[in-house]
Order: sequence, then C-alpha cells, then structure tokens
Amino acid sequence: MTVIAAQFTYWVTIFIAIAGLYIVIARGNLIKKLVGLSIFQTSVYLLYIAPGKLIGGTAPIYSVDFAIYSNPLPHVLILTAIVVGVATLALGLALVVRIREAYGTIEEDEILAQEAPPDAVATPRP
Amino acid sequence: MTSHFPILQVVLPLLAAPVMVLARRAGITWLIAVAMSAAVLGMAGWLFVQTGAGETISYAIGSWPPPWGIEYRIDAANAYVMLLVAAIGLLVALYSRASIAAEIPADQHYLFYTMFALCLTGLLGMAATGDAFNLFVFLEIASLSTYVLIALGRDRRALVAAYQYLITGTIGASFIVIGVGLAYLETGTLNLADMATRLPDVSDQRSVRAALAFLTVGVSLKLALFPLHLWLPNAYTYAPSAVAAFLAATATKVAVYVLMRLYYSVFGAKLVFEELAVGRVLIALSLAAMVIASAVAIFQRDVKRMFAYSSIAQVGYITLGIGIASETGLIAGIVHLFNHALTKGAIFMLLGCIALRAGGVGFDRIAGIGRVMPLTSFGIVIGGLSLIGVPGTAGFVSKWYLVVAALEQGALWLAVLVVASSLLAIVYVWRFVEAAYFNAPSAHIAALKEAPAGMLALSWVMIAACIYFGLDTRLTLGGATDAAGALMRGWP
Amino acid sequence: MTPEALIGAAFATPIAGAAAIAALGRAPNLREAATLATAAALFLLVLALTQSVLAGERPALMLVEMMPGLALRFEIEPLGMLFGLVASGLWIVNSIYSMGYMRANGEAHQTRFYVCFALALASTIGIAFAGNLLTLFVFYEALTLVTYPLVTHSGTAEARRAGRTYIGVLVGTSILFLLIAIVWTFEIASTVEFRSGGILGPDLDRATLAALLALYVFGIGKAAVMPVHRWLPAAMVAPTPVSALLHAVAVVKAGVFCVIKIVVYVFGTETLGRADAAAWLPYVAGFTILAASVVALRSNNLKRRLAYSTVSQLSYVVLATALLAPLSIVGAALHVAAHAVGKITLFFAAGAIYTAAHKTEVSQLDGIGRRMPWTMGAFAVGALSMIGLPPAAGFVSKWYMLQGALAASQWVAFGVITLSTLLTAAYFVPIVYRAFLVRAPAGEHVHGEAPWTMVLALTATAAATVFLFFQPAVPLALARALAGS
Repeated sequence: MTVIAAQFTYWVTIFIAIAGLYIVIARGNLIKKLVGLSIFQTSVYLLYIAPGKLIGGTAPIYSVDFAIYSNPLPHVLILTAIVVGVATLALGLALVVRIREAYGTIEEDEILAQEAPPDAVATPRP
Repeated sequence: MTSHFPILQVVLPLLAAPVMVLARRAGITWLIAVAMSAAVLGMAGWLFVQTGAGETISYAIGSWPPPWGIEYRIDAANAYVMLLVAAIGLLVALYSRASIAAEIPADQHYLFYTMFALCLTGLLGMAATGDAFNLFVFLEIASLSTYVLIALGRDRRALVAAYQYLITGTIGASFIVIGVGLAYLETGTLNLADMATRLPDVSDQRSVRAALAFLTVGVSLKLALFPLHLWLPNAYTYAPSAVAAFLAATATKVAVYVLMRLYYSVFGAKLVFEELAVGRVLIALSLAAMVIASAVAIFQRDVKRMFAYSSIAQVGYITLGIGIASETGLIAGIVHLFNHALTKGAIFMLLGCIALRAGGVGFDRIAGIGRVMPLTSFGIVIGGLSLIGVPGTAGFVSKWYLVVAALEQGALWLAVLVVASSLLAIVYVWRFVEAAYFNAPSAHIAALKEAPAGMLALSWVMIAACIYFGLDTRLTLGGATDAAGALMRGWP
Repeated sequence: MTPEALIGAAFATPIAGAAAIAALGRAPNLREAATLATAAALFLLVLALTQSVLAGERPALMLVEMMPGLALRFEIEPLGMLFGLVASGLWIVNSIYSMGYMRANGEAHQTRFYVCFALALASTIGIAFAGNLLTLFVFYEALTLVTYPLVTHSGTAEARRAGRTYIGVLVGTSILFLLIAIVWTFEIASTVEFRSGGILGPDLDRATLAALLALYVFGIGKAAVMPVHRWLPAAMVAPTPVSALLHAVAVVKAGVFCVIKIVVYVFGTETLGRADAAAWLPYVAGFTILAASVVALRSNNLKRRLAYSTVSQLSYVVLATALLAPLSIVGAALHVAAHAVGKITLFFAAGAIYTAAHKTEVSQLDGIGRRMPWTMGAFAVGALSMIGLPPAAGFVSKWYMLQGALAASQWVAFGVITLSTLLTAAYFVPIVYRAFLVRAPAGEHVHGEAPWTMVLALTATAAATVFLFFQPAVPLALARALAGS
C-alpha cells in the first residue's frame, strides 16, 4: 500500500501514458489518434512536474522565512514542452483537414483502402 | 564575431524564416535561402577547422555560465556533422529552385523555403547543443518542419505519410523527453557535460538505465533503426524530391550523432557497452536492418521507394559500427555517416531530375531512360556503386573500415554478413541499371530531354564528391578519426 | 623518360584514348585510327619499361593515399611486366580484328564498344602494374564493371541474363571472398604491399593459411576455378572480339595473374610449402581441368567449347602455381603468354567462321577448311598450342609445368596434365580433321574467307604462337625472374 501511495504520481503517469499510447494504436480515426497523442504527452508533463514539488517546499520565490523551495525548473521545461505539444497538435489537425479534403474521410482503414497498399510488391515476371 | 558562430549558425536560419514569410515571392525567398545556407556553411567550416586540432568550443547562451545556463559545446564530433548538414543544405537550396517548380504549386514556394530554413535550424541546433532539453526543443523544431516539408509532396499520400511520421515522431520525441526527465531526476542537471560527471555515481540506479532505454528508443525512432523504421519509406517516397534528398542526407545522420553523443560522452562507454548489452542489441538490429531492408528494396515498384529502403539498410551499417564499440568501429560508423549522406543525397537529387522530366519514378515509367537522360542515369549508377561499396567510391572506404573493425574483434561471421548484404545491394542497383538501359524507351520517354543543367550540375557535384572522397579520404576519414577520438575521450 | 613517367604514361594512355574515341564517335575511320594509335602507343610504352624490369629494377609510381597506410600505387615486377606486354600487344591485334568484325556484321553501338575496350585495357594495366593488394582490388573491380557493357553489347534478353550472371558471380565473389581475404591479410600483416617471400610471416598455422588461400582463390572469380566459373560460358553471348578480349587478353589472364601474384608475393611459396597449406588446391584445380575438358568435349557450340577449354587451361596455371615448385611457377607464368596467343587465335577463327559462313556449331564445320584455309590453318595452330604440341607456344609452358610436377614428385598433377592433354586433343583434333579432310555437305551456300582485317589478325596471332615456341626469350626471362624471387 505504501508503495502505491508513495509513488502515486508515477502510477498515474504510467496509466495516462499507456492510455494515450493505446488510443494512438487502437483507434483508426485520425483525430482520435491525435487526442491519444496529447494524452500521452500529458503523462510526460506529469512525470516532470510531480517530483518538482518537494515535501515541505514552498513556491520558489526567495524569502528569509523559508528554507526549502519547490523546483521551478520542471515547470519551465514543461511550459516549453506544452508549447511544442500545441504546435504538434495544430500541425496534426491541419494535416487531418487536408487529408479530409483529399480523401473525403478521416478513418485510417478507409484511407488505406482508397490507395494501393503502400508497400506494393512488384508483380513477379511470368 | 567568430566567437558567436556556434549560436549564429543556428539563429541565422531561424531569423531568415519569418523574413521569408514576409517576402512571399519565390525568387527572393530562394535567394535568401541560398545566402543563409552559404553563410551557415562558412560558419560550420570555420568551426570544423577550429575543432580539428582537438579543441572544444564552449559557448554560453546569454552569457549564463553552464551548468545553469544553456551551453553550446562544439568539438570534433559535432563540427563534422554540422559541416555535413550545412554543405548538403547549401546544395539542396541551390537545387530546389528548379526541382520544386515542378512539384509544388508556385504560391507555396516561399513556405517551402521557410520550412527548409526551420529544418536547418533544428538540425544544426541538435548537433551543436550541450543541453539535454535544448536537444529536445531543436529536435521538435526539425521534426515539425520536416512534417510540413513532406506534406508538400504532389501525391495525396504525402499527407498520410506526413501524418504517420508526425504520430511516430512525436512518440519518439516524447520518449526522449521521458529519458531526459529521468536523467534529470537522478543527476539534477540538464547540461550534458555536467550530467556526464554526475552519472557514474548513480549509474547502478534502475532509473538511469530506464533513462538510457527511453533515450535509445526515442532516438532510434528518429534514425529509423529497424524495427522503428516504418515511417521512412512512405515519407521519402511521397515527399518532394528536394526534401527527400535533404532528409536522406541529414535527418537520420544528426539522430545518429545524438545517439553517439549520448552513449559515449554522457552515459559513458563503460556503462553502455560493458555493463549493459547495448552493443550486442545494436549489432543484432543493425544486421536485421542491413539484410531485411536490402531484401525488401529488391521488390519495390518505385525507384524512390527502393532507395528509401536502401537508406534503412545503410543506416544499419552506421549503427553496426557504433555497436561494435571499438574505435575502428566508431570511425567506420562516422565515416559512413558522411559517405552515405553524400551518396543518398546525390541519388535522390538525380531521381528528382528524372521526376522533373518523366513525371514520376516508378519502374514502369523509367524504362529506357538511360538513352534519353544519359548523364542522370549514369550518375545514379555511380551512386549505386557507392552503395554496393565498389572501390573508388566513398562507400568502399566505410565498408573497408567496417570489415576491419569486425575482424579486429575476431568476428569473421560479422565481416562476412557485412559484405554479404552488399551483394543484396548489387541486386537492387542492377534492377535500376537494367530498367534504365536494357528496355526500349516508350514514346513518352523517348521524347524527353536531359535534366536542366543547373540541377544536373549540382547533383553531379555530389556524385563527384562520392568518387573524390573514395580516393582522397583525408577530410572524411581524418574528420571521422578526430570525431571518434573526441567522443571516446568523453566530456568531463 | 623516367620509369615513373613511363608508368604514368602507360596508365594514362588508354584513358586518354577512350576520351578521344568517344569524341570521335561520329567519324568511324578516325575513331578506329584513334584506337589503333592508342594501342600502339601503349605497347611501345610497356615495351620501354621491359628493359629496366629485365635488368632487375622495380619501377614504381604512387598515385594517391586512399586511407592511412593504404595507398594506390604501381610497382612493376616480372610477372606484371609479362602480363602487361601480353595485354598491350594483343590489344593491337584485337583492335584490327574488331574493326573487321564489327563492320562486317554491322554491329550497333560501336563507339561504346571501343571506349569500353580502351577503359578495359586501362584497368588491365592497372592490375598488371599494381603494387599492393588494394590497387589490385580497385582495378580488378573496375575491369568487371567496364567489361559489363561489352558482354551485354547486343542488348537482348539473353545478353541481359548473361550480364546478370557475369556481374553476379564476379562482383559477388570479389566482395564476398576477395575483399574479406584482403582485409584479413591487412589485419594479420598490417600491410597490403607485395613483397618477395610474402608478407604474412612464418607464424600462421596451416588452417588459417589454407582458409585465406581458399578465400583468395575463390574470390578471384576471373580465374574461373570451379564452381565460380559460370560467368565464362555465360559471357559467350558477347560479340567475338569481346570473347577474344575476355579469354586471352584481359579478364581471365587478370584472374590467373592475381592468383600467381598472390601466391608468390603475399603468401610466399616457402611459407605455403612449409605449412603445407596449399595441398588442397591441386585437387580443386585438377578437378576443374578434367571436368571442364569433359564439358568441352560434349559441347556442340564452338564458342562454348572454347569457353570450357579456357576454364580448363586457366586451371593449368592454378595447378602449376599450387605445386609451389620453381619450375612449375615458370610454366604457370609462361602459360599466361602462351594460352593468350593460342586462345585468341582460336576465338578469332570462330568469329571469322561466324562472319563469313554464319556458322556457330561444331557439327556444321565439315569441309570448311577448303573455303577458309587461312582461318582453319590458324585454328589448327591454336589447337596445337592448347594441346601442347610443338611447334606451338603451349608446348613450352606445358613442358615446364610437367618438369615442375616431376621435380616436386607430384604424380597426381602429372597425371592430370597428361590426361587432359589427351582430352584436349579429343575435342580439338576432330574439328581440324573434319574441316580439312571431310567434304562439305552438298547444297551449302558458297562463302569465301573472312574480311582481310580479320584474316590478318588471326594469321598474326597464329604466327606469334609459333614464334613464341622458337623464341621464348623475353617471356622466359621474366618468368624465371618471377620464380627466382
């Protein structure tokens, strides 16, 4: 029990990461894949931020009354990562819009059905 | 001024990008792209010369001293890679004007150059940086611009290829972030050199090994190591020819550099190769890549796709050199990084010439093209000979060193496998030779002219470089030896 | 001219010639003149070098340092001199013959043909003059690639298939076996230079030496030791001047040249003899000799018969080299020259028969000697050389080989050489007999001799075959210098 409680944030991280990856793999809808990807990236944010909060630590603004401060660096890093994630999501959604224009669908299996299989094997010579 | 070169070569393309968006006109943006690439090449060349003597240049961004500030650390290893990227960048920038005229709508040309500039920023930043998170940031800059560049392809499948690459590439980048995060949690620093001094104390911790694992998988996805290569064939096939040439020559190579840097300078060869069996895993996966990817290449219907699978196999040679974990193996891997970049860049440029004239590069479309486009086809043959590793071409030098490295370890079976996979390369290169020279050209093909002089000349500069660096290896091999030395010495 | 300049000029001449031939593509007569001029110039340059080599010098020229410690350089020793002389001398004759053949048969792509020929000769000179294994390997591969367009000249589906076998076997064996052998040698000896007495040192055990030797012998696919001989009969699809080049002047001779050179200058006959590491090679060579002779016996197609005869004759050289005796090494080196002139005569004759009479099968040759006396006369001389009878050059080399086998008490080798002599007679003598002494079947279309350029060429090489029997001085001196080293 203590193992779970002490590592609670890591368990949540793992759960969110696996959930996100599962959505990416298992869902054929292109937008749902992007949603899964965002969920996966969120787990990474949690991985950084959670250890940043030290037990007994206060906000990282210097004051003579406090000796322990939470680490601000993970927040900085994650802000960057969130921005990157937003850019990726925006790009992904833009691609989905264009795919919809080109194929008329955003379901992966329907798209693949419209094309000859990408790894086309050359017809063997008679 | 020269002391700012490490950051200037990254910032210059970054600044050029919004200028290009504002400039809008294709001709002007092309000129800006060429000027920027030339300047970057000059700076990279200067840095290469400076670090050749064994010096390490440390540049603190914003004058914040490391390890608290972000540091750019240039030694012989990344100077070599940056020189390669900058040189290819200039050649592709010059080449792309005529190439994209046929493949991308005219009103989107300025966007192409913008994304090209951003990609160049990202790749150079990845190579130059000495900070782990900064590495991720530039990796994502390069990746995002790559996704856009691929999506600019003519065929609608380019969109799907870009999307698939986006999904897998972001997962890979996230893995890298996880790895960096775990390493940060253990060592308390993001500066790679500082991390290197602190890691030996905690290297027996499981989280450090997990960090290594996540980083390996994330970077391997970027360098298309088997079996994480599935994004590459579609991406290279459907991207515009100039993009395929640029990516084939640079993107995977910078990722290989990142892997080497992490293994040798940060985690240390002792942990990675002696305590853990990473070397053996790399060797196994590399052999799989070399054999399977070459075999799959033989059966492709499209020439570009065939050479894309060939790229996966050739990256296998590079990682094999790293996996052998000796100095000769590392030199072999690094020199093949350079030689393959030249070879594949040249081949994709020449294929772009064919695509420009013939409208496509399926095997059915290029039948008999050797008659009407003799210089282009012969250039591809020479590039193919370099892939096989025929002496007199750059590819031979890398093969030689790989076999020497294998025999030094007493692994005759490994040497035999290396050369045996070259035999597979003969089969798929000869497919092109026979298709181009032995079939009678159809009426459509027979009416074609040779490629435009500008594109042809630039492609032949690369091919001539293939032959030149197969005979005079002082630059490539000397640089690789310096780079290997710098890597093995480590950073602390 | 200094020897270094001579070497450089000799190597550069065929390359410059190729450029000139390409430029003159539209003027056939000028183009042919360029070929002849280049060939003549090359022969004179090579001849000029012979003096110094016979005097004991070893002229050398450094080209470029490819990798640290591994340079492309030329250094001429007696065997290379002999090979260079044979190649450059026969190129002149082959060019005269080609002109007649290509024009009489109205072949297409003649410029490409002559350009590739010149480049093939440049590669051959590169092999002959190679000063170390790396240089040898570079030009060995170049020769394969440059002769590919010659083999697939006709562009038919059959030519394409033959081309695949050609490239597949030659490049495959050279990369899979020969490259490994060279790198392994470099790993053991830290050098790839050729030196008298070998570079491998006395400490290697028998198994390593034998394995290394096997990698070399099977890696040098051009020596056509079974089972890597398949490229040779496949290459018969090429026009006959190309077959003459492949079988006499450049490709096959390059193969056995490499074998002799490696045995003498990389391993050293002493090292191999002491470790008894070459004991398996006479058996492999002997098997090739006999098996190829049997296949030749059963082949009706004339060029195919000549191809398998070549496979057999090449393994004579390999067998003689494997015996490691000084006399047999002399015989092996002499056979490089003797077989060259003899076989080229036979191929010239075959091409003449095809051009004049449009016949390709042995069974069609009854009575042809009446109509083509010069051609069949030369054929008879060439056959004598193959069998090894006086007054043909083949007798001299065979004599030395038999002497060497006796001196080394190698009875199996002696027996194989004797038996194959009988087999060779069995597949050549009937052709000559039927050509001259059997009447042509009635109702055949009348034809005369071949064009005069072709007859001139084959008479010249037949005369050379006889001349070498009476005056073997220069080849013999070079061969003796080789064996003495």
